[in-house]
Amino acid sequence: MSGFDDIGIEVFQEEASDLLQSIEKGLMDLEATPDDAELINSIFRSMHTLKGSGAMFGFTELSHFVHEFETAFDDLRNGRAVVSNDLIGLSLQACDQIGKLMVSSEGTEEDNQRILTDLRQLMRPGEEPVAAPVPVEDVDDAPAESDNAPTGDVTTVIRFWLGVDALRLGSNPGLLLDELRGLGETKVRALVDRVPLLKELDPTDCHIGWEVEIAGNVSDDDIDMVFLFVRDEMELTVERRGEATATQTPEAPEAVTQPEGTPEPAKPTAAATQPKSQSPQKTTAGETMRVATERLDELMDRVGELVIAEARLQALAGDSHDPAMMAVAEDIQRLIAGLRDATMSMRMVPIGSILGRFRRLMRDLSTSLKKPLEFVTVGEDTELDKTVIELLADPLVHILRNSVDHGLETPEERLAAGKPETGIIELSARYSGAEVLITIRDDGRGLNAQKIRERAISRGLMSEKDDLSESDIFRMIFQPGFSTVEQVTELSGRGVGMDVVMRTIGSLRGEIDLESEPGHGTTLTLRLPLTLAIIDGMLVEVGGEKYTIPLAAVEECVELPVLHTVGNGGSSYLNIRGDLVPFVRLRHLFETDGQPPQHQKVVIVSASGGRVGLVVDRIIGNYQTVIKQLSQFHAVLKFFSGATILGDGTVALILDATQLVALGRDVETRARREAAA
Amino acid sequence: MNRDAHTNILTFRLGAEKLAIPAEYLREILEMVPVTRVPQASSFATGLINVRGVVVPLTDLRVALQIPRTPPTEDTRVLVLEILLGEEKSTVAVLADQVEEVTTISRKEIGDVPPVGSPWPPEFVLGVGQLRDAFVMFPDLQTIFKTYSAADAAKEKVAA
Repeated sequence: MSGFDDIGIEVFQEEASDLLQSIEKGLMDLEATPDDAELINSIFRSMHTLKGSGAMFGFTELSHFVHEFETAFDDLRNGRAVVSNDLIGLSLQACDQIGKLMVSSEGTEEDNQRILTDLRQLMRPGEEPVAAPVPVEDVDDAPAESDNAPTGDVTTVIRFWLGVDALRLGSNPGLLLDELRGLGETKVRALVDRVPLLKELDPTDCHIGWEVEIAGNVSDDDIDMVFLFVRDEMELTVERRGEATATQTPEAPEAVTQPEGTPEPAKPTAAATQPKSQSPQKTTAGETMRVATERLDELMDRVGELVIAEARLQALAGDSHDPAMMAVAEDIQRLIAGLRDATMSMRMVPIGSILGRFRRLMRDLSTSLKKPLEFVTVGEDTELDKTVIELLADPLVHILRNSVDHGLETPEERLAAGKPETGIIELSARYSGAEVLITIRDDGRGLNAQKIRERAISRGLMSEKDDLSESDIFRMIFQPGFSTVEQVTELSGRGVGMDVVMRTIGSLRGEIDLESEPGHGTTLTLRLPLTLAIIDGMLVEVGGEKYTIPLAAVEECVELPVLHTVGNGGSSYLNIRGDLVPFVRLRHLFETDGQPPQHQKVVIVSASGGRVGLVVDRIIGNYQTVIKQLSQFHAVLKFFSGATILGDGTVALILDATQLVALGRDVETRARREAAA
Repeated sequence: MNRDAHTNILTFRLGAEKLAIPAEYLREILEMVPVTRVPQASSFATGLINVRGVVVPLTDLRVALQIPRTPPTEDTRVLVLEILLGEEKSTVAVLADQVEEVTTISRKEIGDVPPVGSPWPPEFVLGVGQLRDAFVMFPDLQTIFKTYSAADAAKEKVAA
């Protein structure tokens, strides 16, 4: 059974971190809208689920802790305490603590107590903190005392019938009764009037109802909490005896009487129903299911192979000149295109999924650096390949840190410059063709070109004589070993940041644009491909060998002017409608043998704001290209970003547009220097 | 090589040398396939081949072991190996002038490389064994592959 337990614990941890994230997000939202009762409730519900499943999987420490956290939070819910900055901060600490407890409870006791005590102090200043944690099973004391002072006369009478399927679905009425017992002194009576005759009785059906009398006035919310997982399928009435007013509380009618509606289809586990009923902010319709990423990767690989096989089929069908054959091949092509799109869409994840932790980061940064800031996010539903999103998280953290640490001025400086005290950092994501643009903008001091230039020279990254444009100087910050802030802070400024960011983005086949205006801030734009797996490529031939150029980078194709057909120099210029574009002879670069054909073509590619012409022998056409990573023997060859398999089964290398543009730029700089000399 | 007294090996020829690798590394043996040249790559791994939809680097142990290279013949085969390089299991193809057999050899038959008079770079050889009347050399594939992935990097740095 240990195997099952392990899997169970894994599932719990996965789910718990989701819950934790939603609590964290809720807390952060709460800071913005402190009066949102629904938000408080949803945080509360997440806590409750976390507590329950924690106890179920033996994380008792965690369960205790969340219970206490929840108890403290209950004061917020019934208005005894108000949301404050400190409270959110402390709650976030508590979330971190829960994160630790999810892994192991060792050595957490002290912090647990400290956080809980602080939390209680904050909620109810002046009250003596309770020393020992109350076990989960024990009386939910806070709700009881927090409601209208319990008058001894009031009894709450709860009658409930679980759905007929309840036992088969794994509900345990005994546990529910235990939980009700936790609400106060109880009298339990079974209601057997619905039990059918023996010959009609299916022993696995649940026909028994229960009547539970609880001393004191139990709030509807507390009752709701008990029946959280079974509420949809059950019948429930609540009555309060000895109360002067009506027997039902009007503000929560849906919880009071819940006639058995159309029974929902069987749900595998209580936990599986949780995301739907628990988090109202996730209103995205439709059922979801968790799938291991490896399975999706495998599916993508298979589709990739299918695309390759299909290319082969197309070639054969074309050669056969058989209309029937060609029709089938065309059908298959269409089907595979659909399959490919569907598979790729499965791997897409909204960027909002990682924004939560950034909001937390920004909050922490703002506090520790004492720079008040507003973090604005736009386009959270923009989707990117899961792999891209995962790899993107670290670079974004780095960029955001830089924006707060280096970009934003101190409040005093801002006021002196006539700007509002609170800085703004905006992270926005949007689609642009086959790319996603992620922009990080701050309204801080902007980059100081002069300072960067001096630093670059002192670091030996450029020479005193180099006459670089402003944007080239700005790009120096992406060079390894560059750092402009005089004082290295704990957060950034070790000079190991932006070059790593650049490299990561490059490895995702993305690019970074940088704009900055002194005094008005800096804008960094990451341009990323929608997916990593399959691209449109232009197949070209150079000296009998085939290469693929990512179509997204191709601007246009022109004939190599006769003027340039002779000579084998590395590079020269082409006049493209008045603009000088450097060109590179791939024959020369790739050291191929033989004579070039009479009419060579030039493919103009653009990347990182620059352009370069690639001289090729022949342009073959456009093809779906499944990208395969290069092995470690070839990964260091910078002009190739990968390889692909062509329709005839041979391998073709994929050219790296960014690197080739950089090569063109080098050539340009060299030529300019030679011309000057 | 494992702890057993006997170990399964595949023997093949490179030039005049007889080499052996653990049979457990071997995934398949292919006849010579079309090779895509990788410009600017080191002579150890000049090309890429397609092995059932997977792009696999084709390596030439003769470069590492300083065995004279000859053009492929009809006996030339491609050994597709699955081997642990660092943390990851990698698929690497190795050229063989001629594949001989899969056989077993007793651990006792495998000795150290003679310190003098050995024609191969000693760091690339795990040991030398005696199989019937012939000597077989056990190349240290992990070290060779590791060295050449690093060598490419070094070469790049010089070029840059």
